[in-house]
Amino acid sequence: MGDTRLNGAEALVEIMIEEGVEYVFGLPGGSAIPIYDALVGRNVKLVLTRHEQGAVHMADGYARATGRVGVALVTSGPGATNTVTGLFTALMDSVPLVVVCGQMPSWTLGLDAFQEADVSGITYPCVKHSYLVKDVEDIPRVMREAFYLARSGRPGPVLIDMPKDISGARLSDMGKVDFHLPGYSVPLEGDSSSIAEAARLIKAARRPVLLVGHGAAIAGASIEVRELVERMRMPAVSTLLGKGLLPESHELSLGMLGMHGTAYANKAMVACDLVMSVGSRWDDRIVGSYSDFCKGAVKIHIDIDPAEIDKVVKVDVGIVGDAKAVLAQLLPLLEPGDTEDWVKQVARWRRDYPLSYRKEGKVRAQHVIEELRALAGGEAVFTTDVGQHQMWAAQFVGSEESRNWISSGGAGTMGFGLPAAIGAQLGRPGARVVAIVGDGGFQMTLSELATMRNLKLPVKIVVINNHYLGMVRQWQSMFYDERYSGVDLEGNPDFARLAEAYGVKGYRITRPADVRRVLKAALEHDGPVLVDAEVEKHDNVFPMIPAGASLKDMLLEPPKRKLEKPTGGT
Amino acid sequence: MDGDTNAIARHSISLYVANKPGVLIRVALVFSRRGFNIDSLVVSETQDPRFSRMNIVARGGRETLEQILKQLNKLVDVIHARDYSYEDVIQKELALIKIDCLPERRHEAFQVMEAFKAKTIDLAEGTLAAEVTGSSEKLDAFESLLRPFGIREMVRSGKLLMARGNETT
Ligand SMILES: Cc1ncc(C[n+]2csc(CCOP(=O)(O)OP(=O)(O)O)c2C)c(N)n1
Ligand SMILES: [Mg+2]
Repeated sequence: MGDTRLNGAEALVEIMIEEGVEYVFGLPGGSAIPIYDALVGRNVKLVLTRHEQGAVHMADGYARATGRVGVALVTSGPGATNTVTGLFTALMDSVPLVVVCGQMPSWTLGLDAFQEADVSGITYPCVKHSYLVKDVEDIPRVMREAFYLARSGRPGPVLIDMPKDISGARLSDMGKVDFHLPGYSVPLEGDSSSIAEAARLIKAARRPVLLVGHGAAIAGASIEVRELVERMRMPAVSTLLGKGLLPESHELSLGMLGMHGTAYANKAMVACDLVMSVGSRWDDRIVGSYSDFCKGAVKIHIDIDPAEIDKVVKVDVGIVGDAKAVLAQLLPLLEPGDTEDWVKQVARWRRDYPLSYRKEGKVRAQHVIEELRALAGGEAVFTTDVGQHQMWAAQFVGSEESRNWISSGGAGTMGFGLPAAIGAQLGRPGARVVAIVGDGGFQMTLSELATMRNLKLPVKIVVINNHYLGMVRQWQSMFYDERYSGVDLEGNPDFARLAEAYGVKGYRITRPADVRRVLKAALEHDGPVLVDAEVEKHDNVFPMIPAGASLKDMLLEPPKRKLEKPTGGT
Repeated sequence: MDGDTNAIARHSISLYVANKPGVLIRVALVFSRRGFNIDSLVVSETQDPRFSRMNIVARGGRETLEQILKQLNKLVDVIHARDYSYEDVIQKELALIKIDCLPERRHEAFQVMEAFKAKTIDLAEGTLAAEVTGSSEKLDAFESLLRPFGIREMVRSGKLLMARGNETT
């Protein structure tokens, strides 16, 4: 009789199943074979990706679209190092992931064995927590802790480095898994006296603004946010990742603020007398100049992470807690203030400074995106890459629900859009999933077309093809005297034909008259689709607040004069 | 952040951490990422084998330190991290200092050592090694008085901290 005890890899898969894992994204190698072996015939679907970065972004897209933990499984050495960008992307945007890396046998650690890398050492700054498993008996507990840490509190990626001898060893007993993490606590409700103080300040405010960030979305606080906004008649702006938590069609939603936010959102920030952030980390993309930001306004900050309070913007009231729980505590204390003049003022700005773009001449990226949003509908899930197309998408894809807007915010990772869309489509099979990608970023992960095609996923990819690393070109054109350096994507392939080579239906848009017709056909095609939209090469994104500048120095259109180089980062 | 609120100072931090591999790196990364230089670091066992104690003395901006403490406390393996720079706690450090000392100058050296309650731990023809314990400031003063002899080598344990009375560190 053979040994009937589970080995480490089987125990690992067992816990995945208990944790409700549907999909594991990855690509195997020697050190991960035992775990891949344990997946055979089990009720967890393996998605073979073409690159480990793709695997982690797919797990990430899955997690963002569903709110569940995304899982990736890769091999040691280069397999593990290929996950770093994905881990960083997930950490910056607080996305729950468990990434398991096969590792060379324990006795080779530190001996430069083939494909043996110091994976923990390489990834410490890119994970919420990580484990190097040294005893097979620890696997059930480590797995449980990893899932718990990934999803609880401020979510994030957790990495498990799993030597091959450990995943192959027999486990005496799965037993009942208990864990105790004395150094980890999850805040829920906020401090009641701070909340009372916040209520008093909000009531007194005449020009309040609610700043909705990703944390509010992670906490699932849409009902509370809406109630707050409507009851207090408090206009709301959102960060890139807070989009849709309050439907952008809502009368009091001002859309995205910040560097490429709407003029009316930024004007509201400059004029407000109170700003309350729910789950945003006052990123430099939205604040511009820290010393000028909402000068004179009362600042309230709700965040589950104590390290965010007073980190970059000093606040009058900081409340540590879960956004949904804290808002639920706050709401009963609120009495409507007097904000009608303010609401009218904001409405005038919205009327006088709408988002706009020039429609004449070549195909405009904004035109493609606006039409795409109209045709795809408010229920569709949009993912993006990073660059100009991302900012235009943020402007013209009005989002009605935060899980339908998936974009790499804090990391700004090019190549995120396609794999994230694949993960999102797997997690939400009934949804229409659209990836708006740049011609530059798409080429970083386009090998996942094969993954998408194999799974017959009906993802609609729209390449905003400006033949440039457009966002960098924009900076060089505005701040560096049009000295273009390293931005010309000369030699782009014919993306439609490339798609066809992968078995994905390809379309092209070359004239404004094509836009509606082609997008409609593409959306109606039931299967994977790529649309190559040849757009005007020299358009720049406006409004724009140069990095580090004050929100009141927003540019609504291309400036006539030469600009100083920005003081802030990229 | 302006210069005043983030004035540079020396900080004494005590951490209670899980006794696991990797904890030291995670802690060190929190400092190095923010450009803090660690002057001394002591890691030791505690009364409970599951946990270790770290005492760190580091120099840097006050505001940056606040962020560092929050980030340290966020680490899953850190039970707690506290700044004791501005508190009255028991503080001790030990130093071994070896100086150039010909027999005719020994008397002079012993006088200095006596004033600091230092012990002779090694005596050779041309050298003398002294052991001294006390606050870091006392050790600094001792060192500077020995300097004229010529310091061959010095090693310091790094500062150890403990809360007083019923308080736990
Ligand atoms: C991995 C990575 N490398 C470099 C950058 C810097 N970067 C930001 S936007 C951008 C241009 C992206 O070009 P493209 O994908 O064509 O999008 P576009 O701006 O043209 O819409 C670059 C290079 C980045 N964000 N990510
Ligand atoms: Mg481009």
